[in-house]
Amino acid sequence: MSTSNGVRVAVTGMGFVTPVGHDTETVWSNLVEGVSGVGPITRFDTSQHSAKIAAEVKNFDAADYMDRKTARNIGRFCQFALAASKMAVEQSGLVPADMNPDDVGVIVSTAIGGMEEIERNQTILLQRGVRRVSPFTVPMMIPDMGSGIVAMHLKAGGPNYSVVSACASSAHGIGEAAEIIKRGDAIAMIAGGTEATITPLTLGAFCQIKAVSERNDEPERACRPFDLERDGFVMGEGAVMLVLEDYDHARKRGARILGEIVGYGASADMYHYVAPHPEGAGAARAMRKALKRAGIEPEQVGYINAHGTSTKVGDIAETRAIKEVFGDHARKLAVSSTKSVHAHLLGGAGALEAAATILAIDRGMLPPTINLENPDPECDLDYVPNKARKAEVEYAMSNSFGFGGHNATLVIRRPDPN
Amino acid sequence: MSDKPDFTELQNLAAEILGVNADDVQMNKSFAKDLAADSLDLVELIAAVEDKYGVELSEERLDGMKDIGALWVFLEEEHAKRQEV
Repeated sequence: MSTSNGVRVAVTGMGFVTPVGHDTETVWSNLVEGVSGVGPITRFDTSQHSAKIAAEVKNFDAADYMDRKTARNIGRFCQFALAASKMAVEQSGLVPADMNPDDVGVIVSTAIGGMEEIERNQTILLQRGVRRVSPFTVPMMIPDMGSGIVAMHLKAGGPNYSVVSACASSAHGIGEAAEIIKRGDAIAMIAGGTEATITPLTLGAFCQIKAVSERNDEPERACRPFDLERDGFVMGEGAVMLVLEDYDHARKRGARILGEIVGYGASADMYHYVAPHPEGAGAARAMRKALKRAGIEPEQVGYINAHGTSTKVGDIAETRAIKEVFGDHARKLAVSSTKSVHAHLLGGAGALEAAATILAIDRGMLPPTINLENPDPECDLDYVPNKARKAEVEYAMSNSFGFGGHNATLVIRRPDPN
Repeated sequence: MSDKPDFTELQNLAAEILGVNADDVQMNKSFAKDLAADSLDLVELIAAVEDKYGVELSEERLDGMKDIGALWVFLEEEHAKRQEV
């Protein structure tokens, strides 16, 4: 981030385990083509739930990415994180094991942690007693474990913890990881987010607060940010991990730089447990801070990957916040919510959307907001409806907001021409 | 536990929990040194053995067993006790 010191932060690797693919080209193709990852839930019986749909990770076998014992003894959210981290590090070309242990750190963020494992062992506790509770329950459930597992397997011994801020977790995590590089505490950070909470209790709890879409008969049309007929978010799962690296270090070793993290802003709504501030005041402050740290004017931003969850109040609040920050330019820039395609990865959302933003700049193409058929009059910006659009963008923004009123904004820049 | 314990079954059970190949689970193999079992693995192994063989196996008892062979002897003895009853 250019205003604090001379250190710049490049992105040199990305790894994906998502409902719309497990490699960059598949994910990007599905985002651009608008191929939804949402379908009926297959992981458990949803007969009691008002929402019966989600974007599940499909065709994922943990054993493809780790030894059998590790796959057995870590939570699903950690399996995703380890697989995505390995892919990201491979793309970057870095070999942490060959570097000083302090050179590479890890921040795997998650909103919740090992919910599936908690629920399974709670059932065992009630049905069979405490002596049948798995001794791996604690490491499977604690939300920091993704960072620990990735460090163990990739031999990355630098700063290591998780950032928890609900659905903003991995945006904060990436922002904080960039700060670690800028202050010189690591040369590179493996940073991103993961979530695996398509479970009876988690979904049921979200159903109880009427936060999730009940468009069960049309799963692919259920997530429809900014559309008048939207009725809530759709839960997703998966992990996206990035390799952030000191820009000069990456350039000197000849790495392909995919994008640059130039701005990060964080703020609190100070308003409500689960409702966003109606005017998006906290979100607006996060965006302003990120622009300031990037050292750019609002008019320099060409694209915003919105938080855009498809909830009634959230999409309006974000739209208001964008108008507040960008003024007249709000109507000139493009905004899209890729959640319409990949759904809401909760703690993994910020990382997936940061990756989508990087790819949008890199490919010169803005991924669309699908299912935007009848725009809400209160959502009146250019949301790139339904069809991808070619656009050359130098600066783009990714917004992430979480229950509790946590806001995080990242500003990403096109890398220098080689 | 009415049937006599089957060593192949024990091999498969331990292999599943310890993440090793069943062929590596042999009488003279120690839990920690040869099969890389840590304390969490052993707690899980105890639960699986108790469920499968209908025995009670304390952590202290397993701690005192130096290898798979000792566990096998324990299972055979428990089986024999049941036959006597």
